[in-house]
Amino acid sequence: MPVEIDIERVAHLARIALTDDEMAAYGKQLVHILEHAERVQALPTDGVEPTSHPLPMVNAFRSDEVTDPLSRDDALAGAPDVEDGYFRVPKILDE
Amino acid sequence: MSDLADLTIAQASAGLRAREFNAVDLLDAVERRAAITEAHLHAYLTLDREGSRNAAEAADIALVGGDPRPLLGIPIALKDNMVTKGVETTASSQILAGWKPPYDGTAVRRLKDAGAVIVGKTNLDEFAMGSSTENSAYGPSRNPWNTDTVPGGSSGGSAAAVAVGSALGAFGSDTGGSIRQPASLTGTVGAKPTYGLVSRYGLIAFASSLDQIGPLARTVPDAAMLLEAVVGWDRMDTTSYHGDVPAISRSLDVGVTGLRIGVITELTGEAFDSQVTEATNATIDRLSDAGAEVVEISLPAIEYALSAYYLIAPAECSANLARFEGVRYGLRVDGSTTEEMMARTRAEGFGPEVTRRILLGTYALSAGYYDAFYGQAQRVRTLIRDDFTTAYGRVDVLVSPTSPTTAFEIGSKTEDPLTMYFADICTIATNLAGDPAISVPVGLDDRGRPIGFQIMAPALGEEVMFRVAAEVERLVDFTARPRLATSEVVAP
Amino acid sequence: MTEWEAVIGLETHVELQTKSKMFCGCPVDFGDEPNTAVCPVCLALPGALPVPNREAIEGILSIGDALNCTLTEDSLFYRKNYFYPDLPKNYQISQYTFPLCVDGHLDVDVDGESTTVGITRVHMEEDTGKSTHVGESGRIHGAEHTLLDFNRAGVPLVEVVTEPDIRSPEQARAYGMELQRIVRALGVSDARLEEGSMRFDANISIRPVGSEELGTRSEVKNVNSLRSMQRAIAYEITRQIEVLESGGSIHLETRHWDEAKGVTKPGRTKEDSADYRYFQDPDLLPLHIDDAWRERVRDRRPKLPAAKRARYRELGADERAADLLTDAGDLGGLFESAVAEGADARTVAIWLTGEVVAYLRREETEVGETSLTASSLARLAEMTTGGDLSATAAKEVLAGVLAGEGNPRDVAEARDLLQISDVNAIEAEVDAVLEQHPQALEKLREGDPKPIGFLVGQVMRATGGKADPRMVQDLIRKKTQE
Ligand SMILES: [Mg+2]
Ligand SMILES: [Zn+2]
Repeated sequence: MPVEIDIERVAHLARIALTDDEMAAYGKQLVHILEHAERVQALPTDGVEPTSHPLPMVNAFRSDEVTDPLSRDDALAGAPDVEDGYFRVPKILDE
Repeated sequence: MSDLADLTIAQASAGLRAREFNAVDLLDAVERRAAITEAHLHAYLTLDREGSRNAAEAADIALVGGDPRPLLGIPIALKDNMVTKGVETTASSQILAGWKPPYDGTAVRRLKDAGAVIVGKTNLDEFAMGSSTENSAYGPSRNPWNTDTVPGGSSGGSAAAVAVGSALGAFGSDTGGSIRQPASLTGTVGAKPTYGLVSRYGLIAFASSLDQIGPLARTVPDAAMLLEAVVGWDRMDTTSYHGDVPAISRSLDVGVTGLRIGVITELTGEAFDSQVTEATNATIDRLSDAGAEVVEISLPAIEYALSAYYLIAPAECSANLARFEGVRYGLRVDGSTTEEMMARTRAEGFGPEVTRRILLGTYALSAGYYDAFYGQAQRVRTLIRDDFTTAYGRVDVLVSPTSPTTAFEIGSKTEDPLTMYFADICTIATNLAGDPAISVPVGLDDRGRPIGFQIMAPALGEEVMFRVAAEVERLVDFTARPRLATSEVVAP
Repeated sequence: MTEWEAVIGLETHVELQTKSKMFCGCPVDFGDEPNTAVCPVCLALPGALPVPNREAIEGILSIGDALNCTLTEDSLFYRKNYFYPDLPKNYQISQYTFPLCVDGHLDVDVDGESTTVGITRVHMEEDTGKSTHVGESGRIHGAEHTLLDFNRAGVPLVEVVTEPDIRSPEQARAYGMELQRIVRALGVSDARLEEGSMRFDANISIRPVGSEELGTRSEVKNVNSLRSMQRAIAYEITRQIEVLESGGSIHLETRHWDEAKGVTKPGRTKEDSADYRYFQDPDLLPLHIDDAWRERVRDRRPKLPAAKRARYRELGADERAADLLTDAGDLGGLFESAVAEGADARTVAIWLTGEVVAYLRREETEVGETSLTASSLARLAEMTTGGDLSATAAKEVLAGVLAGEGNPRDVAEARDLLQISDVNAIEAEVDAVLEQHPQALEKLREGDPKPIGFLVGQVMRATGGKADPRMVQDLIRKKTQE
């Protein structure tokens, strides 16, 4: 399968603002890496279950108990911009 | 040796208890060593002088009271992707510059509870993505054996610090070899435990299904002691293992008589430095002489490990790193809309390797490619696990070189990402399988660069893995130290 | 002229009322102060990991069970990736393949006609934070900047997805009401649309009647009451018909309901279709719901609205009263108990859904706070059917009982409302009236029934309304035959 990448769309999905030059460079590198990664397709995997967790464990829960939240000062301490206890961001594009 | 910074953890712990010196003396020695070596190595991003001083003083008080905790007063270093309350944690990324976490990760808290003295935070490849520590936004670390070469990565800072004694032990994280490969390149011991044995809570995620925290130390018993302080189930990490932890250090003195050791036939050949292969074979011969039964084992699917890894890890990282966008913490680059602000922040905040992997993972998960790439990689992962399972039906441990080469020159592999990725060829498969593995130094090449030997074991097989590692350490008796670790070196 | 048929599917998000959030211990019941119920997990600080809330999983299973779903044995958590500033991780932990509950159905009635709405799936999600758009308009358009509060981020959310089985705005509303009743009956959510703890998105398309193909749909969001959902769907159906009949075509798009203007408006057109890059969340283990767990959920299932309604109908309440009693919580129980004590079901149902509901609303109180009990209702009903009280007087007594004036007999006596049940006394009054109105008596005897109402009224007046009108009527009839 020849690898073709719409790098502009990928960069947009990943929310990374790249210049045209950067996009061209990354696009090329990705194709290069994927051509190597495509080797995985050479391996027949019919009927093979995918592994998502290394250890076959199930069901880990917590009980419905309240624990102390962070203080608001701590919650906001690292924020680039705050206002009246809120995180502040520029206007949002309507979806 | 007269300098306390050259002690092993076991020696230091004994010395503290015998009142030969106190924890503050030990910290002073380590900080003096750092003052000399840091200008050459850049192993640390942050030295927590106040926190470490307080911890050392507290340790001294506890030691007087006969407190038996083995790590009490021991100066250790933490990779900077481990979240430390109130101490800047950046994962070597510009996007987290200045971030002081409001909480401690579980492993960090356990180390504090064990009385360890946290000297500081060490350099890494940004978000642990790399094999040389060159991908740090704050500049590369260097290998104390030869400062023109890399210390390996991504836990290169931790490995370099341990190698020169600017910490007696350290922790790193291993997603595809990031503890073992730098251990190999710096002549130290580095272990990746079974996936789930150490909580990932407070480890800044790279690839969640592969990441594990583990120790780096000068000796196998030291590594075992460090690991024992952090293992065990954690309610904050559902992927942490909820059963009995293996008796990691129980069999260190038992030797290898009667053990079956499998040599992975795929992990040798032209792509490997001949001196690495020679040292590996020599070590295998010694193990055989010491009473182990050596057999050759083929793991056919291992040839696909690198490809599978470079689909799985980027896919997971593309989601794990989505939280860095300038809203709640870290860097923000302004924009007229939030969308623009986020995209600019991420463009500016992430270095090229991180950007590359995020893009790769985003692509591999996007509609139309999911099954061909990510889905197929997860199935290949099953085949690799199956190969290991079959192998462990025949042998107790598997062995191989840790790294195909010794330390390489800074800048020599940064042009082509694939050549760098190849540095993890021996280590990646065990991350995919979730199994433990350890690297032990077994010699120097003719340029004086360390060679590491890897021992792999089935999941939760830490006891036998450390048992073999300890025997290798005894058999090889690797005592060389980098020139930088000796006192004649002064700051430039 | 083409005749059109609407095809509607609903996606409903319900916030679960657990004590703590879906993946962390932060309280779900937070006040107005922003960012005071947040922690490393729900704020997505680096290194934090989610741990699922068992009770939330149980809540979702109970909803699925109530909607007749199959509870999936092996279920998985997924990451749904999209960037939005109120979504801290920039992915939502959700479900994709193997949701917790699948293949259910819910029967809804509109005007006595029942429709079965297929339930595709019921799955787990987590809520987002809240954005406040600051600017002159206070809306997203024209905002200067946005303030973010993450208190709500990570609150457990259930998504219930229907098959496109709904055919009218009325059915959609009936489905919404029934789902609301169910989650309330299960005690897992207050399900209030105005407050956003229940939110509906409607997928709407139209097609010529008889066609099996699905038309292009639009997705309508932003309805904050069942009434506006009904209006929005009705509007959208009309709009789509107009577009198609004037030669236009429908686009796959999201439209927002404008309550004030009563119209749906398109959102910003997306240049790229959504690509959520779903993949199994490696931070979370698979869920295994074993037989014992499924059985436990089933055993705990309370009596659901449909069952209650059926029971009330069976006891004798009419359709409207049965609906009202089903929705009115405590009143349904009171109804059942009163009927069990022998009260006439129809009478009690009318009182409860009329006077009692009005009284409770006026006084802003709960029935438990009043002195009305099942036995006082039964006594009152007895007095009415036994002829001691007129229907009107009974309502007055009921008001007295609710106001705490005592038991029905005491109230009736104190208010002097008891009917004269002494036949001789009434007969005397009847005789007197008939004597005064001989023509009326004559007409009755000739077979003209008209004057009877007039004569009864005269007797009632003479007795000050305390005679039993049926008894009076019977006596007059008897006299005409003499
Ligand atoms: Mg949803
Ligand atoms: Zn929280």
